[in-house]
Amino acid sequence: MSFTNEELAVMDSIIARYPKSRSAIMPLLHYVQSIDGYVTARGIETIAEKLNLATAEVTAVSTFYTQYKSEPVGEYHVGICTNTLCAIMGGDAIYESVCDRLGIKKDQTTADGKVSLERIECNAACDYAPVVMVNWEFYDNQTPASVNNLVDAIREGNPPAPTRGPSTLRTWKENSAVLAGLSDGLSEEGVQAGAPSLLGLNIAKSQGKK
Amino acid sequence: MSILKPVLSAHWDEPDSFTIAAYKRHGGYKPLAKALKSTPDEVIALVKESGLRGRGGAGFPTGSKWGFIPQGDNKPHYLVVNADESEPGTCKDIPLLMANPHALIEGIIIGSYAIRANHSFIYIRGEVVHVFRRVQKAIDDAYAAGLLGKNILGSGFDLELTLHAGAGAYICGEETALLDSLEGFRGQPRLRPPFPAIAGLYAMPTVVNNVESIASVPSIIANGADWFQAMGTEKSKGYTLYSLSGHVTNPGQFEAPLGITLRQILELAGGIRAGHELKFWTPGGSSTPMFTAEHLDVPLDYEGVAAAGSMLGTKALQIFDETTCVVRAALRWVEFYKHESCGKCTPCREGTWWLVQLMKDLEAGKGTEADLEKLLDLCDNIAGRSFCALADGAVSPIISSLKYFRAEYILHQTNGGCPFDPVASTLFETAGA
Amino acid sequence: MTPEQAVVAVETVSAVIDGAEVTVPKGTLIIRAAEQLGIAIPRFCDHPLLAPEGACRQCLVDVSINGRAFPKPQASCTMPVENGMVVNTQLTSPVAAKAQEGIMEFLLINHPLDCPICDKGGECPLQNQAMSAGRPESRFEGEKRTFEKPINISSQVLLDRERCVLCARCTRFSEQIAGDPFITLNERGALQQVGIYENQPFESYYSGNTVQICPVGALTGSSYRFRARPFDLVSVNSACEHCASGCDLRTDIRRGKTLRRLGGDDPAVNQEWNCDKGRWAFKYLTTRERLKTPLVRGADGELHEASWPEAIAAAAAGLKDKRVGVLAGGRLTHEDAYGYSKFARVALGTNDIDFRARPHSDEERDFLATVVTNLKTTYIDIDNADQVLLASFEPEEESPIVFLRIYRQVTKRGLVVTSDAPLASRGSKKLAAHLVKGLAEVSGLTAQSVILVGERAAETPGALSAVFELSQSTGAKLAWIPRRAGERGALAAGAIGNLLPGYRPLSDAAARVDLQSAWGVKTLPEDPGRSTSEILAALNDESLDAVLIGGVDPMDISAQALNQLLNTFVVSLEISNTAVTAIADVVLPVAAVVEKSGSYLDWRGIARSFDKGIDDVDLRSDVRILSILADEMGKPINLPTVTATTREIESLGTWDGVQPAFAKRTANPASSDGFTLVSWRFLLDLGSLQQGEANLAGTAKDARAHISSATAASLGVTEADSVVISSERGSIELPVSIRAIADNLIWVPRNSEGSQVIPALGFTSGSVKVAKR
Repeated sequence: MSFTNEELAVMDSIIARYPKSRSAIMPLLHYVQSIDGYVTARGIETIAEKLNLATAEVTAVSTFYTQYKSEPVGEYHVGICTNTLCAIMGGDAIYESVCDRLGIKKDQTTADGKVSLERIECNAACDYAPVVMVNWEFYDNQTPASVNNLVDAIREGNPPAPTRGPSTLRTWKENSAVLAGLSDGLSEEGVQAGAPSLLGLNIAKSQGKK
Repeated sequence: MSILKPVLSAHWDEPDSFTIAAYKRHGGYKPLAKALKSTPDEVIALVKESGLRGRGGAGFPTGSKWGFIPQGDNKPHYLVVNADESEPGTCKDIPLLMANPHALIEGIIIGSYAIRANHSFIYIRGEVVHVFRRVQKAIDDAYAAGLLGKNILGSGFDLELTLHAGAGAYICGEETALLDSLEGFRGQPRLRPPFPAIAGLYAMPTVVNNVESIASVPSIIANGADWFQAMGTEKSKGYTLYSLSGHVTNPGQFEAPLGITLRQILELAGGIRAGHELKFWTPGGSSTPMFTAEHLDVPLDYEGVAAAGSMLGTKALQIFDETTCVVRAALRWVEFYKHESCGKCTPCREGTWWLVQLMKDLEAGKGTEADLEKLLDLCDNIAGRSFCALADGAVSPIISSLKYFRAEYILHQTNGGCPFDPVASTLFETAGA
Repeated sequence: MTPEQAVVAVETVSAVIDGAEVTVPKGTLIIRAAEQLGIAIPRFCDHPLLAPEGACRQCLVDVSINGRAFPKPQASCTMPVENGMVVNTQLTSPVAAKAQEGIMEFLLINHPLDCPICDKGGECPLQNQAMSAGRPESRFEGEKRTFEKPINISSQVLLDRERCVLCARCTRFSEQIAGDPFITLNERGALQQVGIYENQPFESYYSGNTVQICPVGALTGSSYRFRARPFDLVSVNSACEHCASGCDLRTDIRRGKTLRRLGGDDPAVNQEWNCDKGRWAFKYLTTRERLKTPLVRGADGELHEASWPEAIAAAAAGLKDKRVGVLAGGRLTHEDAYGYSKFARVALGTNDIDFRARPHSDEERDFLATVVTNLKTTYIDIDNADQVLLASFEPEEESPIVFLRIYRQVTKRGLVVTSDAPLASRGSKKLAAHLVKGLAEVSGLTAQSVILVGERAAETPGALSAVFELSQSTGAKLAWIPRRAGERGALAAGAIGNLLPGYRPLSDAAARVDLQSAWGVKTLPEDPGRSTSEILAALNDESLDAVLIGGVDPMDISAQALNQLLNTFVVSLEISNTAVTAIADVVLPVAAVVEKSGSYLDWRGIARSFDKGIDDVDLRSDVRILSILADEMGKPINLPTVTATTREIESLGTWDGVQPAFAKRTANPASSDGFTLVSWRFLLDLGSLQQGEANLAGTAKDARAHISSATAASLGVTEADSVVISSERGSIELPVSIRAIADNLIWVPRNSEGSQVIPALGFTSGSVKVAKR
């Protein structure tokens, strides 16, 4: 089954952003994930055709980057940071605990298709450790209990808002569309900064007043 | 007077700090207007004079980098911003872009003007959707305000700016891998020469700069080179973002002149978490050799950290207290580098595969002292033998941890396993206990 | 001094490697400069014909420039030599030696210990260099990376990912040299692996080269897998019999049987590459249809095995003093073609000889004798061309090494390629060829341009004249590139009715006298000979009595050709049972390429000689048999061996007098209503020399009928449908492919499975009816 004419037109608009069409391969893969949830055969074949590439050249790229999934993931893709700092400060315990809670391990999806799990690398929020990402939105300063509550709420259809992100948690597909450069209009939602980001500023200000 | 110097972070505490209105409210985009009234060469000269050095880790002078772009060559030039912040411990660009994306946009416009680029790119890691939203909106608003597109502020200068999401590959923080990735290839590093200044994006002259470096440019234009020069140390000028994380009372961002020490920052942050003491720390991310308490007074500038045997890197100060097993920490970092090795060259691809297995054995107490010699020899066969610097980073935690904590490695062997309680290192140890 | 002889001053640089000074052209890599000194730096990813990669890191050496040492060892495969450079390889630098030893140890930790069952064992760069540059014992005690053992990435190529060292030679070859990036590096880090996209196999015409350049046993060919040990093989130099590109090959033989063929190293021609047909199509030598014993038709009307004297006597009796035509075929060696040519003139007293076993024309015959005889164009001219015009010529399908040469210039410097063709083939697209519909649309040719015209130009009246005119008016260099390996040699041998050996014009009395004296004969026939189609017609109407046929498939000529042979005396020299041997009166088995020595003249007219690899007393070269037959007829041609023939050809030399002028024809555009069929052959198809190799056939392109979108709409078909294409003779049915092609044209492959146009439709181009199936 091929993509709709509207979807193909979006692909053309993505290609048009770049001086050379091949550069569009990554946003196109994000876009395919926003429709199909993962990198499907029709996605690879369509991108190859659009960019005048061999299909192997597209798979060479899609398999290089960990955000592109060759199998379907959950509607909510949960990434537990288990890089050194987060792991030591609790990420490993969070991971173990959430595996037990969901009955799945990394790179697996719950039977209801709601939640998939990944051990992720450093997500550039170390001052908020331990960090958990859901659909690549920040859930800061997590504990095993908070993440268990988080996945429970997701499965109940009532996920809490990210710590630093939009007011409601968007799905994997919806966020994939954002990464393809298709705005969802939510940029102004959520905080501008969490407390750790403001720590130095606040100290400087208080010292300046003295 | 505070030792801190919030510039980029000066208004992060305002809830709308990321909007163009807030940015303009604090004088934003005035430096751009000023820059557009100078010649591009004057802008380059000013940035050179300021002493601004790359904030992505290598510390190369930004103005010089711009100056390498051949002029009058009738080729397209490109400015590419490296927002692929992924080095473990590094967490400065992401909050900057979340709270203040227009500082980057303005810096890009000025930098593009200086190097005569008419199309620039921001390559941002894909795992930060909300940051992507903020930057995309900032770009859209800049276009709407006539700050991007044709004839910017009536100057005759045109600039297109494209935001490009990565998709999970640390190696794309390496500038040539980033360019290959942006061109739609696997993000594997390129042979150099030719360097990006001669043949970068689409084989055209290209500057690749870190987010923080470019975002610093408007402040230099606004306040002058002397203002910037007045901060910092002899060869490390200006202010920068230090990111404190780990076993501290208060982790967070500290914007300060270069040369501040960890001791000074820790004092501001309330010290190591209560009841614990500093064991080891990284000055600039996991690839920079670790330090211990004996390095608390090392000036955190390019020269000071190098003189003490490490690198300033991204000023990612990851703090670990005495509850932390250094073997476990080093193992986890090596696992990271193994996961992120692009696979192109043998020592990195195969070496990290082997190192992880050896380190796992050592952590599990299965090694012997001879294995430590083997480990060091393998590191010697990896470091400086690989295609890019990723593998140098991979061996750095091993070599430096063995340097300071060899006894702890041996303790694992005599103990028949890891002597540490991982729960003790967690932030919720009391909750978990 | 001609411009070609002018030596361009090459800037050189000098360096010291392991204490020895070396001077090399600027830009030379350290690893190459070391080779000049006889210093072998171990390497895997490095390949002189591929862009430097620097991936394997095996070639690390210590380098300093003007006394300033690099802080760490450098990859000698990526760093050019500079003046003042001092290089210390593993021979003189302990740091370099340790670095190399370390890399080798890393390469081996995940390499399986299956050398005893690996095809590469015994000729494996990894094995060899592990011995020379590796540690005696591995220190690795961990877990090896495992993958599913070999997977087919095409029907012909197998991939064992465990053995792969990720040098990327195969992927770089496929992308950089062949333009077929169907295999790529996939995944990342320690899991990086070569692979294909699951729905698109590695079906490149050049895939075999990746097997050849793989420095380990990761890529193997199905047909050679588990067949031999390198030390059991005897290698002989070969020239490829499959097309006119002129590839140098190496044939590896074990106990009288060809086991594999490899691309040989000839920088002027095929560099180190060849195509999969040249590499893998050799099983025709050993099919069940192979002939080893002469056959003579008995009184009972059946063919019976006969002794050589019996068969020769029967052939001689049927040919002697008869009016005989000779159909030599396009696959002969130069020496064998010379044998047919001399046999026709001396033993049969006729010029009724033609090597063209395919659609042909009188215009073409004149063009060959008057124009092609003077052509001097070579591969170098392609390298230096400012434009290449392809006229009725699809290089990737019809001369694949010529294609590689053009492609290299397209990728390297954007060489402009123009193709006069009805649609853009895949090859054409890879060359980014500008398509023209007729030579009148061609522009921009200069004296630095090259026009490559194919044999199919003979099918369009006036085309060869127009090509000649274009070359004359622009000064562009011209080359005629036939599809078959033997045609150029057959032309030089005079195996055609208007030309005598050594390009001697038949019409020139001085040329005839020159040949008469060389051959020691009193007279030579003067009347221009018949062409292939005229010979067939004459046999049919009995104005000829008999025919001598070399390797010819009548269906390559026309649908009627076989019938035209039915009522005449036929002597067939063949390697296998064919349609011709079935109706022949005498069948004389002959040696195939590897069973004899000889040479082909490639499209440049340059000899590509090869040695005998298999000695089979039952099989002789055509020329030897023709010489015996001539003796039996009492009209000796004195060509007892290939060597003697080569000597005679050499001493005869080529004609240095003027050639007659080419009598140009004007185009006579045939108008037809309805659809016109156009076609050419795919490289891999049902050709008789590809018989017996199913793995190769498995990579052939599928036949599809190419029509325009407007045509598809008018026929009411999509790419999911098939069409029936019919002529008065018959029809073929093919699935549809919608392409940019004129609305009145339909293109099909000429000789592929399900699409054999001559037997089915009776012609290669002409008016057809097309309907939805």
